[in-house]
Amino acid sequence: MIELKNITKVYHLGEIDLPVLKGISLRIEDGEFVSLTGASGSGKSTLMNILGCLDHPSGGEFWIDGHNVAGLNANERALLRNKRIGFVFQNFNLLARTSALENVMMPAYYYHPAKSTAEIRKRALELIELVGLTERMHHTPAQLSGGQQQRVAIARSLINNPGILLADEPTGNLDSTTSVEVMNMFRELNRTQGITVIIVTHDPKTAAFTDRAINMCDGLILDGVSDELSATLQK
Amino acid sequence: MKFNTLFLTCLKALVRNPMRAALTVLGIVIGIAAVVAIMEIGEGSKKQVADKFSSMGTNVVTVSGASVSTAGVSSGMGGRASLYATDATALMKDCPEFVKAASPVVRASGQVIVGNLNWSPRSIMGGNEHYLSIEGWKVARGRSFTDKQVEEASRVCLIGNTIAKELYADTEPIGQDIRIKDVVFTIIGVLDTKGADGMGNDQDDCIILPWTSIRTRLMGSSGTATIMKGGAANSGLSVSSTSTFPTSGVNFYPGCDLQPYTNAPHPLRTRTVDSIAVQVADGKDPSSAMDAMTPVLRRQHELEPGVLDDFTLRDRSQFVKMMTDTTSTISSLLISVAMISLVVGGVGIMNIMMVSVTERTREIGLRMAVGARPRDIMWQFLLEAVLLCTIGGFIGIAVGRIASYIVSMQMGWPVSVSVPAMVLSVTVAAVIGIVFGWYPAWKGSRLDPIDALRHE
Repeated sequence: MIELKNITKVYHLGEIDLPVLKGISLRIEDGEFVSLTGASGSGKSTLMNILGCLDHPSGGEFWIDGHNVAGLNANERALLRNKRIGFVFQNFNLLARTSALENVMMPAYYYHPAKSTAEIRKRALELIELVGLTERMHHTPAQLSGGQQQRVAIARSLINNPGILLADEPTGNLDSTTSVEVMNMFRELNRTQGITVIIVTHDPKTAAFTDRAINMCDGLILDGVSDELSATLQK
Repeated sequence: MKFNTLFLTCLKALVRNPMRAALTVLGIVIGIAAVVAIMEIGEGSKKQVADKFSSMGTNVVTVSGASVSTAGVSSGMGGRASLYATDATALMKDCPEFVKAASPVVRASGQVIVGNLNWSPRSIMGGNEHYLSIEGWKVARGRSFTDKQVEEASRVCLIGNTIAKELYADTEPIGQDIRIKDVVFTIIGVLDTKGADGMGNDQDDCIILPWTSIRTRLMGSSGTATIMKGGAANSGLSVSSTSTFPTSGVNFYPGCDLQPYTNAPHPLRTRTVDSIAVQVADGKDPSSAMDAMTPVLRRQHELEPGVLDDFTLRDRSQFVKMMTDTTSTISSLLISVAMISLVVGGVGIMNIMMVSVTERTREIGLRMAVGARPRDIMWQFLLEAVLLCTIGGFIGIAVGRIASYIVSMQMGWPVSVSVPAMVLSVTVAAVIGIVFGWYPAWKGSRLDPIDALRHE
């Protein structure tokens, strides 16, 4: 379970203090499939960075499974990310000139305590199969289509069995057909494996796949959801 | 991250850009190659110098009598006839761990005659059965004299190559008679050629015979320091002023402790020796051997504590050491120049690692996002730099060896494989990797994952 209590984030730009998050309180239960939406500049990226433990909040409490993670240092946050959170990015962020299989295996090398390479490989092969790329596992990112690259990235995010999957505009670089494929995959993972999936997006169509949309505006969570979104969700 | 996976990751990163890796490492390769080549050539010439001087007998300590002062005139080193043949035996018996062999040495000079030819050898030396091996002589033909022949003061001798050529141009000298100062000796062996010594003197112009034979048979062998120098001192000063007959005033026993002489039944002439040549045991330092020999000699000479030594010890290898030191100095100088190119190579490594960190900012961001700690990133880039340098080091050794081989072939310079050079180069290369790879790696590890992920 993820719980945010009055989270604030202030950027210091020289003399000026720029508040980006102005007191976010949020609760996401285990196994939820939620989207985080909002116009650019609404602070959703900042919130995502905090949710992903990439950044630390300026104030407030942040609980993951009953542990307050707001005060962790860079090393502790790295370990937490490695074990608990899987990342999927808009631009896939695969290692160039490295096979799909090795890309999937990479995060497991940072797992603590260290796992054997054979063990990591076995798990990676399972995941590659799960995303349906067994035949292409030795291909490098340059030899894969956008959708395939994103599937490799999803497999990579699952290598350490995380409880939370955090996707930042996962369909942003994909065409509509592949977007649907990828979003279905997220839903599948959420339904069958009970992984909490958080999709950050500005696209209502993508948000529509999720069970709950959190709409942000100007550093705050809007009560309820936007009209446009609610209309889409109704369909 | 486990070390072997880290190692593989770094290796793959290098292999991904082979051309860049090769060019980056070129500076290190050239630097290491220069160091290795110079060290090998330096080592080779050092060895050549050492070989040249080993013919003079290295690892040899010479014991000679101390100087004696009569009426204010010092005789100089060895002026005192304080050494006995028994000292040589005692040294071999009492410090066997330091002394491999010891031989009394007596010198004589005079004319040798064979048939209608005559010759004045540069040196006529007497020693015991160990003398030849101590002085590094080899017997080319015939044989050396035995301990029994030394004991019996046999009339046998070995001649140097120069004498063999001068006096026995076409005939075999072995078994022939030779008259040394009108005493007939039989030649039992011809010595192998040694060539000139460090000062340019012909070492082969010599005759070697048992020291007892010189002492007992070559009567006028005034090569003994005592009689000649002591006598000269007296005749020059006190004798001429106090006596009408200078010879009667000659002091045959100048300035020696009386005690050994009171026990001595033999005339001084046959008992004392000019010096003692001592071969230091293999692997022992001459100076530590000298420390061990001093108490033995003091006991032999029955010197009370507080009495000054009546002998002096000299380490003959010091001269060789001086020569090799000179070569070392020159090669160290050249190596330090080569080291500069290593530093330049190191800067090249740093430059490329900086570029690499910038270029792979996204990769760093991703690795951090999926759980790499700053220190993991640091290790990755540091190991990459060290790996690059170490590989460069090994290639450099190979290139350096080839270079020194070519030099030795083309210029005829002596080359000797230098293991310390190789160990040193690889170590230096790795250290350069650490020193110059540290800053880029640190820079990489300081990146903020959010910014790094967004980096274009």
